[in-house]
Amino acid sequence: MADKTMVKHHHEPLFHVAKRDDMIWWKAWLIRCAAILLSVFVMSLVSMALTEKTLFETLEIMYRGVFGRIEEGSTVMLWKYLQQIAILLCLALALTPAFKMKFWNCGAEGQALIGGLGAMVVMIELGPKLPYGVLMVVIVVVSILAGAIWGLIPAVFKAFFNTNETLFTLMMNYIATQIIAYYVYIKGGGSNVIQPVEFGNFPKIGDNKYLINILIVAILTVVMYLYLRYSKQGYEISVVGESQNTARYIGINVKKVIIRTMCISGALCGVAGLLLVSGTDHTIRTDTVGGQGFTAIMMSWLGQFNPFIMVIMTALIIFLKLGAGKVADTCRLNASFADIFIGVVILCVVGCEFFIRYTIKFRHRKKEGNV
Amino acid sequence: MIVQFICRAILLGVPLLYGSTGEIITEKSGHLNLGIPGIMYVGAISGVIGSFLYEMSCGNDLSRMNAFLAIIIPLLCAIAGSMLMGLIYSFLTVTLKANQNVTGLAITTFGIGMGNFFGGSLIKLTESDMPSIALTRTSGFFSAKLPFAEKLGWFGEIFLSHDFLTYVAVAVAIITSVVLNRTRVGLNLRAVGENPATADAAGINVTRYKYVATMIGSAVAGLGGLQYVMAYANGVWSNNAFGDRGWLAIALVIFALWKPSLAILGSFLFGALCNANNYIQGLGTETQELFKMLPYVVTIVVLVFTSMRKKREHQPPESLGLTYFREER
Repeated sequence: MADKTMVKHHHEPLFHVAKRDDMIWWKAWLIRCAAILLSVFVMSLVSMALTEKTLFETLEIMYRGVFGRIEEGSTVMLWKYLQQIAILLCLALALTPAFKMKFWNCGAEGQALIGGLGAMVVMIELGPKLPYGVLMVVIVVVSILAGAIWGLIPAVFKAFFNTNETLFTLMMNYIATQIIAYYVYIKGGGSNVIQPVEFGNFPKIGDNKYLINILIVAILTVVMYLYLRYSKQGYEISVVGESQNTARYIGINVKKVIIRTMCISGALCGVAGLLLVSGTDHTIRTDTVGGQGFTAIMMSWLGQFNPFIMVIMTALIIFLKLGAGKVADTCRLNASFADIFIGVVILCVVGCEFFIRYTIKFRHRKKEGNV
Repeated sequence: MIVQFICRAILLGVPLLYGSTGEIITEKSGHLNLGIPGIMYVGAISGVIGSFLYEMSCGNDLSRMNAFLAIIIPLLCAIAGSMLMGLIYSFLTVTLKANQNVTGLAITTFGIGMGNFFGGSLIKLTESDMPSIALTRTSGFFSAKLPFAEKLGWFGEIFLSHDFLTYVAVAVAIITSVVLNRTRVGLNLRAVGENPATADAAGINVTRYKYVATMIGSAVAGLGGLQYVMAYANGVWSNNAFGDRGWLAIALVIFALWKPSLAILGSFLFGALCNANNYIQGLGTETQELFKMLPYVVTIVVLVFTSMRKKREHQPPESLGLTYFREER
């Protein structure tokens, strides 16, 4: 309390932190890779200690857990892996325009659930009545609209009243969850499970169940990259994100950009829900999205808002999730081991950004401004 | 019936009160700690581990358990565990200037993982058939009630019949409120949350305030997890039982307009809302599911309403969620 009035004799601090100019990209990536490798290594050591297996064996188990026996021609595991990447990537892509605008959309979970619900309702109610082609169009439109509306609500309040969007979107997740719980209870006939519906499923390409999901997300990735990088709207998004005052000054309608961008964000989350319900599960549960909406937030951030880097990050995180899950399974550890693993890796990567953006300057001989 | 309903609401509300008081302290320093759900898990599991080890060391003999030790060991463990999580969070967000939302969510993933991992491992250790750990004896000490409460009828039932952590929760909230609004430390803390650059210029050690506020806030939130296990769940830990109460606690912060004193009433109201479905006659399960969204809807309404009215004292701290870097103004 008293230290305000006390005169302190400050020694010049041993070092101070300064902002770095842009680091060369390969150096930045070297640091990130080092952080990832370090954290994976540490966690492998932890699992070694817990399971009495060598590091090599642990990594081997992880590899088998993700890819299975690929050299013997079994690609089942590989497809599951790609499918999981596709879903997480789709959510991360959806969040990216919003984040780039500094609109913290923490509601991917809810937006995807509502999008999935849209698909589910159409599949159940109109499934037997419409021809397949028309049905698919209706399903796609409804789920995209549903997701967009769920994203639109917080955006409107943000644009007009500056309501805190982080908290708003977070709350919307749980409302969505309860609506799903309600719907599942009604349609499930009290059993809390809706049996898979045979109408309105995505077509199989060849005999591969997941290929169409993966292709859709691959196209979305490229489109999102082009949209953010080369379109006028993408430019507007980044200006609003940098400074709303600048945006207003150069004649951008900030409210319009916020609302439009969140519509896109919500709509893409709706697509993720669509892929999960119509493309994969053919049913819906409260945990259909399973917390991936939150993981996607971290993915979008770690991917530097660049869709192609996000592909790498999601591939890595899903690899760790499946791999660590397999390690836990084989060695009779608790399944939550994977969550800890992912948590540690993400914390390390988030932390290492510091060394990319800032530099630590040690004390010079010469006296400088820092008192 | 009505008395029972109120008691139940209070019991359900207390973990939320701890969580939101902790989050308010943290948010007052300008940090939106989305790691609270994870931190509450860690607080709970640390307490469970502590009391598990203590019960083990006492063997089967109940009389050898010392009431003081049985309470203080889990309590300290919970505080230590959740403070450690707070330390990780503040190291990343304050010192390394990482993004708060991302760090918070990662802490939540990590914390829930820790809770379930250690919980699951302990369950395996006990080799029981049930997927849970029962610490009934420790819980008995925690939920000991005042002996004369029952003689006072409904008054005693509502006000005096709770476990001691409930009273601690209310006390902590009141103390927080007083410290925030009536002392120099509180003033400084609010200054840091509103405008760290100005606070820094006024000679306040911004980094220290942010660290201390986040860690104390985490410790308080962690106690909420402990209270849930020991008092609400009668000492039974089962994985994922804590559910999404952590998010409700964050919702409660908004509902209470960043005021711990309002959070007391708010938490009991939330407890009542979460519980109302069990007491209204003739509700089907499907309507009960809809009822469970009430706390969130109410929170959104409050959030929208306060942002529309723009009253200065009802706003979130000005620099909430922003990283402070001294050389960048």
